[in-house]
Amino acid sequence: MTYIDYYKVLGINKKATENDIKKAYRKMARKYHPDLNPDDKEAERKFKEINEANEVLSNPENRKKYDKYGKDWKHAEEFEKAQQQRQYHGSTRQRGSGQYSEEDFSDFFSSMFGGGSAKSRGRNVQFRGQDYNAELQLELKDVYRTHKRTLTVNGKNIRLTIPAGVRNGQVIKIKGHGGEGINGGPRGDLHIKFSISNHSKFKRDKDNLYTTIDLDLYKALLGGEVVIDTFDGKVKLKVKPETKNLTKVKLKGKGFPVYKKEGHFGDLYITYQIKIPTKLSDKEKELFEELAKLR
Amino acid sequence: MEQKDFIPIVQLCEHYRVEISFFNDLHDMGLINITTLEKTSCLHQEKIRDVEKMIRIHQELNINTEGIDAVFNLLQKIDVLQNELNMLHNRLRLYENDYK
Repeated sequence: MTYIDYYKVLGINKKATENDIKKAYRKMARKYHPDLNPDDKEAERKFKEINEANEVLSNPENRKKYDKYGKDWKHAEEFEKAQQQRQYHGSTRQRGSGQYSEEDFSDFFSSMFGGGSAKSRGRNVQFRGQDYNAELQLELKDVYRTHKRTLTVNGKNIRLTIPAGVRNGQVIKIKGHGGEGINGGPRGDLHIKFSISNHSKFKRDKDNLYTTIDLDLYKALLGGEVVIDTFDGKVKLKVKPETKNLTKVKLKGKGFPVYKKEGHFGDLYITYQIKIPTKLSDKEKELFEELAKLR
Repeated sequence: MEQKDFIPIVQLCEHYRVEISFFNDLHDMGLINITTLEKTSCLHQEKIRDVEKMIRIHQELNINTEGIDAVFNLLQKIDVLQNELNMLHNRLRLYENDYK
């Protein structure tokens, strides 16, 4: 536990009036309110901090206690008085966004003023539980097919169907798998963000896949067949004679599955990179020279 | 849409301790859609999540309905930009390895 300078948190000095505190709190709350800063953990932390500071400083009795004992909170004797007042009911104003519980108060606050239960401070209103955010890391090949996975979120196992074609950074909502509601309110939701890493030889843009394959000079000149690995197995492809370097070929429907559109696939684009033979033998050099003369 | 999916506005006013005029203002701004069922003004339950957010912004930040309208418009823009950023980030991955 560390001492928290609530004045510093609100950016005010010790002589601040009630009005100054109110103004400073409002200003900072508007800046860091979680509803205005979605998915910003730092803003959420800061908002809890300023709420706690306001909870103490906006109440004259608590402010007095904090000013008197705050810095020396480690000395138990001095806190005897404070401990006796654990029945503290706080200000009449409702705190926070209703999505926070007693764990949102610092240990420092709890040791000075008792727990931070929402019930003890606010009116007995039902609130929807907190939404949970989780990140699921998958490989690109994992999301080529729809499959089921079991996730453990806050100690609970959730069986989840991961639809094929889900994209990196995409968030899906699982209704009712968030935090418990307050005072019997409904449970929050679970938001799962997909972080998809790609260690395959394919690059993905939306539902299309891109890859580059090496093509030997002779096949490029004379034509032939190449076999390509795709997520769906091997594909045999005809190479036209006199294929130029960096020629692109489109394989329709051989790309990535389209999210939630069963049977629909993007395209696969293949770029041929022609490999020039090296370490030529004398015979090969001779033949290439002959070919050069013919041109 | 079934009738059971709608919640009477008066019940919401009581629950969240807000004036009925607050809901009317949100409706006038186009932020919510109040439906009349059997002469009772109701809100679809799907909109509750947004309404709770609007109430929090109103009560905790002292922001009026015009301000809520502006905030929601900006949040929507942030959402669009965030999606665009994700898309561009994914597209950038197409070229990243080429320079490694």
